[in-house]
Amino acid sequence: MSAYFFSIGATAAIFILLALSLNIITGYAGQAMMGHAAFFGIGAYTAAILNGMGVNFWLCLLAALVMAGVCGAVLGVISLRLQADFLAITTIGINFVMVALFNNLKITGGSLGLNVRKPMLFGARMTNTHFFVLTVILIVIVCLLTVKMRRSWFGMALASINNDAAAARSFGIDVNRYQILTFTIGTAIAGLAGGVYAHRMGFIASSDFAFVISIQILSMVVIGGIGTIRGPIVGGILLSFLPELLRFADNYRNLVYGGLLVLMVRFLPGGLLGEGSPILKLWRRIRGKGVGVHE
Amino acid sequence: MFLQQFINGLVIGSLYALTAMGATLIYGILGILDIANAGAYLIGAYLGWYIFYATGNIALAFLLSMAAVGLLGVVLQRLIYSPILAKPRTLSIIPLVAAVGLFTMSSDAVRLICGAGTKAYNFKFPVDAFHLGGVTILPSWVLIFALTAVLLLILWFILNRTRMGLAWRASAEDAEISRACGVNTNSAMALSYILGYGFAAAAGIMVGILYNSITPALGEVPSYKMLAIIVLGGLGNPLGTVIAGLLIGLAETLLSVYTKIPIPKDAIAFVVLIIVLLIKPSGLLGQKNKV
Repeated sequence: MSAYFFSIGATAAIFILLALSLNIITGYAGQAMMGHAAFFGIGAYTAAILNGMGVNFWLCLLAALVMAGVCGAVLGVISLRLQADFLAITTIGINFVMVALFNNLKITGGSLGLNVRKPMLFGARMTNTHFFVLTVILIVIVCLLTVKMRRSWFGMALASINNDAAAARSFGIDVNRYQILTFTIGTAIAGLAGGVYAHRMGFIASSDFAFVISIQILSMVVIGGIGTIRGPIVGGILLSFLPELLRFADNYRNLVYGGLLVLMVRFLPGGLLGEGSPILKLWRRIRGKGVGVHE
Repeated sequence: MFLQQFINGLVIGSLYALTAMGATLIYGILGILDIANAGAYLIGAYLGWYIFYATGNIALAFLLSMAAVGLLGVVLQRLIYSPILAKPRTLSIIPLVAAVGLFTMSSDAVRLICGAGTKAYNFKFPVDAFHLGGVTILPSWVLIFALTAVLLLILWFILNRTRMGLAWRASAEDAEISRACGVNTNSAMALSYILGYGFAAAAGIMVGILYNSITPALGEVPSYKMLAIIVLGGLGNPLGTVIAGLLIGLAETLLSVYTKIPIPKDAIAFVVLIIVLLIKPSGLLGQKNKV
């Protein structure tokens, strides 16, 4: 049972990390990122290729983080030229082009994918439990960073850009710099998650980073509650464990998935635990804090 | 040889134009990226198949399937899209998320109801392929060309020569002011969905006839390629969409035949898109300052 839990838990934790990183880009900076899995893939392939050369596990992770971050910075520069809808489509496009490249380039193993040796930790091969613990530690670090970021000048600048970029600019906020920085941070974390993923799976192929995965990550953020920290975490846990609980309904998985997405944005666009969430209101009423108190 | 590939590309391109037209009309009025159009394309192809098998009449299959899918579009617009648009949004891509959900649902519903296997149209044309100076022309190509041209002409007529079309153009220009002037923007939206989803259904049937096979995965490639095409055409510009569709069809066919690029055919649309957007961020025929 616990082996089973850690096996799903390790993947779930990686996806929570991805959801949190996407939330920095779409939630706080309000940028329409639809191709997050591409950067997840860039990190994973970077780590896998270095692993094949015999590079140390931690260095692989660092390289995955840097590589995805650099690519994200380039996207950030591009995003300055594009308004929301164009950016959404461009990022979808980047996702497809990246998957096509992963699937066709020699260095990424082509359609056969890449094998990754499991790293050693204290003289033993890392198991799912280790990966789970490692990813949870990363999640905690990212959450702390996000909290710190939100309360900093950087976070406030992001919020103002999200509200009205033109107004923010007129107040002397360097919108371009912050926007590029956000893309860099968000994609770097996605790359890190990719590095962990490659080592945990022991094998990666281009389909692991397809557009549907981007949608899955976005769904976690939207269903949980965009622009909050609890939202992506709860969304990630729900969407990772729900399919396991609904194993008997496996045949209907995509139908349920699509239906959930439609119902959520139709009736609860703020997400389960986001702004204006009935669950939160109920919780506050039970705690006796009264409704309408701003967080 | 080149001419053959050129015609081949034009046929594919006109299908793309027809498929993407729905998304363009919808974007023009509602300003949302409707990926679910590819679901209409898929459902249209399957409905057409069932009707064709029940009646043996391909014209009936086209008409009924287009009408039914167009109606479905209006229902979706009333029940899903309009209410989402009416609420204040935390994120600009929320309607896109809804569309992705609808598309996922439609693909899976088709798979569950109609089976995961391939279905063949087996539509026999009364004439054979004919040769024109070394170029082979299939009757299905003629059908696709002619039908696309007719549908686009009907669209042009509706948009430019009828009151309904005037209302559509006014709403696309500025929905709020149009409403203030007494234009029924709701019916303009409904028009977008009827025409858009109907066109997508027709394109689905044509693809079914052209390749003689339909599967529940039929909508996957068009779903995102459509987005690339409408952006290239300058979001919400019907004429631009036709040009962009033909351009992508030609680029795909010619590039995959004459060059050895390391990416598959279906990703070419996005490579072209990314390059064009970097040079001209508002698309090929987009207006400069449209916010």
